[in-house]
Amino acid sequence: MNKLIWRTGIIFLMLLLLISCAAVETMTKVATEVAVQSGTISRSQGDSISKSTKAVSKSLEDFTPEQEYYIGRSVGATVLVKYQGLANTRANAYLNVLGQTLAQASDMPELFGGYHFLVLDSDDINAFATPGGHVFITRGLIRCCRTEDALAAVVAHEIGHIQLRHGMQAIEKARTTEALTILAQEGAKSFGSQQVAQLTQSFGGVISDITNTMIKNGYSRTYEYQADAAAVVILRRTGYNPGALTEMLGVMDKQLKPGGTDFAKTHPSPQNRITELKGSGMSFVGGETPAVRNKRFTTAVGIL
Amino acid sequence: MFRYKFIMICLSLLSILLLNATADAQKVMSVQVKESYLRATPSHLGKIVAKASYGDRVTVFAEQGDWKKVSLTKGKNQGWMHNSSLTSKQIVLKAGQSNVATSVSRDEIALAGKGFSDEVEAQYRKNNKTLDYAWINRMEAFTVSPKQMGDFVSSGQLVQGTEGGKP
Repeated sequence: MNKLIWRTGIIFLMLLLLISCAAVETMTKVATEVAVQSGTISRSQGDSISKSTKAVSKSLEDFTPEQEYYIGRSVGATVLVKYQGLANTRANAYLNVLGQTLAQASDMPELFGGYHFLVLDSDDINAFATPGGHVFITRGLIRCCRTEDALAAVVAHEIGHIQLRHGMQAIEKARTTEALTILAQEGAKSFGSQQVAQLTQSFGGVISDITNTMIKNGYSRTYEYQADAAAVVILRRTGYNPGALTEMLGVMDKQLKPGGTDFAKTHPSPQNRITELKGSGMSFVGGETPAVRNKRFTTAVGIL
Repeated sequence: MFRYKFIMICLSLLSILLLNATADAQKVMSVQVKESYLRATPSHLGKIVAKASYGDRVTVFAEQGDWKKVSLTKGKNQGWMHNSSLTSKQIVLKAGQSNVATSVSRDEIALAGKGFSDEVEAQYRKNNKTLDYAWINRMEAFTVSPKQMGDFVSSGQLVQGTEGGKP
């Protein structure tokens, strides 16, 4: 009898040690493993316990950056059905060096495939950012920018959406679970054609969740304000005048046509965004845009 | 029989304890982006020390803000990498190399090229012929060299300090 108490005591102590340094999931794994090894439950029972613990912890985090990149490519390809890319090397080169500079100052400077920027050939006032780092800005929106600082504000807002993973959050919860369940099924084995078909269907659902939000309905006001706030931080880190964001919104307010299918439909009104920014307590004090910045801005995108 | 069970329980608990201890002593992470660089200083402006590719394993020696000082497990150079390029998961590049799956929990590995991948994209494109991937490929080919960015920053009187995430 004494022996039994002694043995139970040792096991208990070891478990205590483990608990102090392990998360719930690890604990379940350990307990299950112990139960299997001591013959209390069978191996298959043990496996199913581990699986159900894991299912609970499924979330957006389970999509790898590589998968977000592929989601981003197809979201971008959908944007490019509505809008054409602008074949202007100078404008695109300028937008990319500006965009990379801002992206490196963001909280998410590195993505699977990096950041890439493209001017869209449209008079609409619109911009999009995919989870894969593809950022699109229309000519119409660039025309709302009078300075490089203002264009930087527009680009930084889009980087803000990527950094805050707003695109991924537009995926419906049920879809996330569905997709991740298919992904978990096969584990290390390679997928058969049936799984590829299943995954492709799930992929299509993810793309339409994101593009419906991004192109048709718009993100929530909260997300837009969050992206504005992220933009202000990025502008400050890179030395741009954060006040350029409110200036640009002022210009946009005059240019937006009520009832349009662009920013007029998918974003809170520029006036509301300005009010929100001013009420946020953030400082918008910044220097004048130096002449050299405005010169290169005009040279690159002035004729758009 | 009882004694045997007891020994088994103790041994399995001990082995788990020991495994955890070795994992803590040396933190190993994986590169989760297509390509990235180890830099001499914790900044995207820092001089490039080595190149790292998707799935490469790195050993972490130090942390500073959003940056980690690492060395490639298959190389000698130490350098700084940004948090956003690293994951604590082990990345398995090919399905055939998946023997790790038996020793490591599935939560701790990520399979490259599995799930939403080029294979799924190809199938999706087949079903949606109107989508325009030509411009996507064109824009992904736009590159900006460190020198171009450096010139852009200095001539525009901008700052590009140690940032790239929180300092």
